Amino acid sequence: MTLAKFVRKNVYRNKLRFWLTVGSMAFSLALLSFLMSMWQAFYGNSLRSEQSAQRLIVRHKVSLTNLIPSSYRDRIRHVPGVVKVIPMNWFGGTYKDATQKNFFARFGTDPDEFFDVYPELEIPPDQLDAWKKDRAGAVADTELAKKYGWKIGDRIILQGDIYPIRLELTLRGIFTAKLPNNSLYFNEKYVEEGVPFAKGAAGFYGILVDSPQHVDQVSHDVDAMFANAPEPTRTETEKAFGLSFLAMLGNVKAFILIIASAAVFTILLVSGNTMAMSIRERTREVAVLKTMGFTRKVILGIFIGESATVGLLGGILGTLFALLLITAGTKVPNAGNLFVIAQHFWLFTAPTSIGVAILAGFLSSAIPAYAASKTGIVDGLRHIG
Amino acid sequence: MAIPISYNIRNMKLRRGLTTMTALGIGLTVMTAVFLMMLLAGLRKAFVSSGDPLNVLVIRKGANSELTGGFTKDKLPILRQLPGIATDSHGQPMTSGEWVVVVVLPHKDGTGEVNVTLRGMEPDGLELRQNRVKLVKGNWFQPGQREVALSRSIQNRFGHTNVGDTIDFGKGPWKVTGIFEAGGTAYDSEIWGDFNQVANQFNRQNAVGNVYLRATSPVAADALKHRVADDQQLQLEGMLETEYYEKQTSNGGAIRYVGIFVGLTMAIGSVFAAANTMYAAVAYRSREIATLRVLGFRRGSIVMSFVIEAVLLALLGAAVGIVVMLPFNGWSTSTANNVTFSEVEFSLRITLSVIIYAVAFAVAMGLIGGVAPAWNAARRQILASLRD
Repeated sequence: MTLAKFVRKNVYRNKLRFWLTVGSMAFSLALLSFLMSMWQAFYGNSLRSEQSAQRLIVRHKVSLTNLIPSSYRDRIRHVPGVVKVIPMNWFGGTYKDATQKNFFARFGTDPDEFFDVYPELEIPPDQLDAWKKDRAGAVADTELAKKYGWKIGDRIILQGDIYPIRLELTLRGIFTAKLPNNSLYFNEKYVEEGVPFAKGAAGFYGILVDSPQHVDQVSHDVDAMFANAPEPTRTETEKAFGLSFLAMLGNVKAFILIIASAAVFTILLVSGNTMAMSIRERTREVAVLKTMGFTRKVILGIFIGESATVGLLGGILGTLFALLLITAGTKVPNAGNLFVIAQHFWLFTAPTSIGVAILAGFLSSAIPAYAASKTGIVDGLRHIG
Repeated sequence: MAIPISYNIRNMKLRRGLTTMTALGIGLTVMTAVFLMMLLAGLRKAFVSSGDPLNVLVIRKGANSELTGGFTKDKLPILRQLPGIATDSHGQPMTSGEWVVVVVLPHKDGTGEVNVTLRGMEPDGLELRQNRVKLVKGNWFQPGQREVALSRSIQNRFGHTNVGDTIDFGKGPWKVTGIFEAGGTAYDSEIWGDFNQVANQFNRQNAVGNVYLRATSPVAADALKHRVADDQQLQLEGMLETEYYEKQTSNGGAIRYVGIFVGLTMAIGSVFAAANTMYAAVAYRSREIATLRVLGFRRGSIVMSFVIEAVLLALLGAAVGIVVMLPFNGWSTSTANNVTFSEVEFSLRITLSVIIYAVAFAVAMGLIGGVAPAWNAARRQILASLRD
């Protein structure tokens, strides 16, 4: 019998305890992987397409709710390094009813250049042509189309609130994004024709810059150009623009860290608890092992190995379980996107979670294992459980 | 006959290490749940208890917030003549035309810029809000002046906001004349100034964003609201201010979903851990349990006793969780109002219902984790156990 086999036998000795421990770890790890995915999605770069690093957003310096003049578009176009500029007008409004369930992003934009600025959104060329030709046409994200069962040619009716107009759109195209953006885009001219105050104004502009190296320069140049204009601008990267929305949700970083540390600490406690129980029960056995000539070091190694094995198994099962939970979550309407992101990062979060579990097993067994290895033979043999 | 609880307590004391670790595990779960519930309680306070039931908000038909409203000024005199409006200190109908706009201000601590709500109001705007808002320092802004009063919480988070300072937004500097407090409601995230000054600043002189009417009684408020909405000529919408804020609580939704997910996941993990501890307790005491049976205690009493022990363990955990979170009471954070895009400041609040929920949550964990081991203890054969 090798030491490894001895460790393995002991791991499964109390099956119920083993499964309860692993199960408990699995839930905490599932939570941990979920939180890590969120962190990556919010603050990392891997979810952003390469093109994203080449895009800038120009908005009114005062706030997103202030419109900027349409005349800015041509002026921005002439800034060196700028390839394309498109207007993006937040329409708001309601689809079907005002409930959160039927809320999604709707933007008025320019069909001629929209997909040039967002090349990572894929749309069949014939559908794009159809959209360009129909002033009341719209394009939607695959996921959004799936949610409402939209097909090409379907009517989509939006009731405006910011803009007092009822849009009767026809779906001309369905595009695919790496990560569903759940948005609907239509021609801004449709709104401009019906609402006088919408004419000559844009919500914000999306700029495509020729290379990521020129992004800083362009953003500086654009803001400098309008610094003394009646409507000054603020130009920032797409990532910074997105994070400013997240910042409005509060101190998200702190929230994630607080919950994640609670989860890690729980894993430590659970694993430590199990090892403490298991070692305590075997005090007499340890004494017997010592009598047989096993050194303190070997005994310490056996226990730590046992605990790390439980950690490893808990980690593996935990991450598999996390995947199961996350996959189930993607089916939940509305909350779906969070889980899609988590699924995307699973390959990254899984090894980290397993590592955390093994480390927790290692650390948590150290104290009780050390105590057991130090107990004298006579005391150990006399011990009553 | 029931086994005395002191038996359980003595047992828990005997295995001090185990008890502490399990209770801590449950405590961590309770802590997380309490934290999330405190967030939600604070959010509710910021939205639901905002507004005055006697204030009727009038916005353009189809608009869903003060920010997306806006209509021509010629409707103001019509609104002012409606019956049921209270009189102000000058003997005039108490109404206030207002503009709500969003300005960007940098956080004092350098954590980025955020949207803040700026409200321009007519003089009656202060009068119809006097029960809700308290001036704690300086004076209110003067009509016709580039002056603002701002909330204590804005003052805490943004620079150049002391009385006498000038703060920059819109077309230039504004003088800060006073600081107010609004008891944790939505006004606590706002900057207030004169109607015309704010309208000028944002090139909106020819229109009014929304109008507040002060009703003489709740019945009059209800009548006013319907009268405004029913008038086909006006094309306006009326609602009680309280109703308006209630509608905005939906952004607590995301936090609630995440909270339920986090809480449940951690709770299931803790239930497993509690069950583990209780199974071990049963295993250690197998001979003791058999002895109790021999003494005449029934199976039911044994089950009861172990379930009680599990619940005691959980209660200990709940106590740890709640006590650890107490210092966080009043810790303020902010969220975005998803209707106006601007920041709403709120505080974590530990309320009685948060505590009750936390305790119930812990007890549920103890019960679920304790039942199976307790059943296992009662089922054992007396003779076999005694021989162990």
